[in-house]
Amino acid sequence: MAEKEVLLKVDNITKRFGGIVAVDHVSCTVRKGEVVSIIGPNGAGKTTVFNMLTGVYEVDEGEIIFNGNPIHNKDPKEIVAAGISRTFQNIRLFSDLRVIENVLIGAHIKTKYNFFQSVFRTKKFREEEDKKTAEAIQLLKSIGLDYRRDDYASNLPYGEQRKLEITRAIATGAQLILLDEPAAGMNPQESAELMEFINKLKDQGYTILMIEHDMSVVMNVSDRIYVIDHGKPIAEGLPEEIANNPKVIEAYLGGVQNDAEDQ
Amino acid sequence: MNFVHTMETFVEGKKKILLILLAVFLIALPYMLNSQYLVTVAVKIGSYTLLALGLNVLTGYTGLVSLGHAGFVAIGAYTSSLCAVKLGMNFFASMILGMVVAGLAGVLLGLPTMRVTGTYLSIITLGFGEIIKMIAMNWSSVTNGTLGVKNIPRPSIFGYDLTIANNGLYYLMLVLVLITTLFCIAVVKSKTGRAFQAIRADELASTMMGINITSYKILSFVISACICALGGALYASLIGYIDPNTFNFDVSTLILSIVILGGMGTIRGMFVGAAILIAFPEVSRFLMEYRFVLYGVILVLMMRFRPQGIMGWKSTMPYRLSKNVKEQVEKMDKNAPLNLLNETKG
Repeated sequence: MAEKEVLLKVDNITKRFGGIVAVDHVSCTVRKGEVVSIIGPNGAGKTTVFNMLTGVYEVDEGEIIFNGNPIHNKDPKEIVAAGISRTFQNIRLFSDLRVIENVLIGAHIKTKYNFFQSVFRTKKFREEEDKKTAEAIQLLKSIGLDYRRDDYASNLPYGEQRKLEITRAIATGAQLILLDEPAAGMNPQESAELMEFINKLKDQGYTILMIEHDMSVVMNVSDRIYVIDHGKPIAEGLPEEIANNPKVIEAYLGGVQNDAEDQ
Repeated sequence: MNFVHTMETFVEGKKKILLILLAVFLIALPYMLNSQYLVTVAVKIGSYTLLALGLNVLTGYTGLVSLGHAGFVAIGAYTSSLCAVKLGMNFFASMILGMVVAGLAGVLLGLPTMRVTGTYLSIITLGFGEIIKMIAMNWSSVTNGTLGVKNIPRPSIFGYDLTIANNGLYYLMLVLVLITTLFCIAVVKSKTGRAFQAIRADELASTMMGINITSYKILSFVISACICALGGALYASLIGYIDPNTFNFDVSTLILSIVILGGMGTIRGMFVGAAILIAFPEVSRFLMEYRFVLYGVILVLMMRFRPQGIMGWKSTMPYRLSKNVKEQVEKMDKNAPLNLLNETKG
């Protein structure tokens, strides 16, 4: 298989909170069209990596190159404009707004009209608003959420809320989508649907970097996996390599190697 | 919920007729009331509707609670009255000047939102209201201090004075409320309004959607301040005399009560809230001082049984699509590729 273009290159990033090194020289590479997972025990620093990627935290050392441009220590809104979008570990929808409004807010930076054009309802405003609304509906239709278009986000069942959050991230026009534990709190049927959904996104050419604890999801959808523990990278490779890596098993189970081999 | 749906369906279906009936009613109202006192109350309700619409942009939609909006009202009222009294400026010019000054103050008050949120921000706004009052009290050379500004001229159009007696002030109020309402609807139903509501719902998620939180919060403060200044200018010309105590903390809480009672984050609620809270003390005059006890009881019961406000329901009507969008939706293919949004990035 020919090497695809590198979309995201994370080079030795480090984050310290006072004396604690939350993320210690972590590197990873994501190529176009790949699904890459970052796994690790609780408190390993996975979400901190995401927060650095999206500009919530500053990067103390190292650099992040996206599409050939450095994006570390940039403002979150510049990073979104550059084409990275994320979901959250605990769902953060705009819950008192409608499903379609959530998607339209996702398209905020691509909605090109100014305040005065909207106040005077100019032709430019109407055209742009119509265009974005139609696109949002098309997106919801493709994802299978259109029948919920007019519902309020808080009234959606859990699985659909997750889906909507991902849809909202797609609506920003992102090339790279960061999913923070998308299967958290899902029942087996919901996570099976999620896997199908992620695979569908991958088929459509989306690049996904995901943090996940649910191993069946990780093993089924990932092209490659990075493992971090206590902020340090401990392994990387294909799913089957990771599953048999003694260091990974130790990090997760803390057990003696003999016990672990039974896994 | 079902009741709301039935009612909304009815209103939606008969929208045109209802709007015409409402317009006829409002235009004919002064002739039906046939009393200067009642018309004055109606204009007062209209002024407070303006103030509530202003605060609602900030508190209802953007989720920033202000306890010092009397400050913006004072800026609008003082600037327009002083321009009219001392410089002899036309009401409309001085009103716009008042809005500009209040807008600038709004930028100033909006700046702390970069660092301060929630309760702390509310305390800052509380301080702002008091500061404006103190300035009005102590800057005697301009504001005439505690003596206040007297003989504020009535607005006039082409030399024709608008007063309560000829109902001019009432119609001026109607026009201003109409323009402000249309403006608020236009703001809310655009990406600006969606950004406001997104910030209210979840700031971090809004940031991750690429929304510039700080500038939208400041914009919200500015819009809110301008509308309140407009209300203040109208109010000043209605009562003809203002002093620093006209704009004390009670006014700030009254505006906030209207917004909460009517239903935060709804435009319809502001009219109902203002009508109830302004008319109540007037119609219950026979209760003497006890009316304020009853007033408090109503607010407490309200918070207990209907915290979302009288008109604070979520619409059960579908999201309104333009004709153009509806046609496009008909033709849509649900199996179209997902990356449609990226292709049209242009």
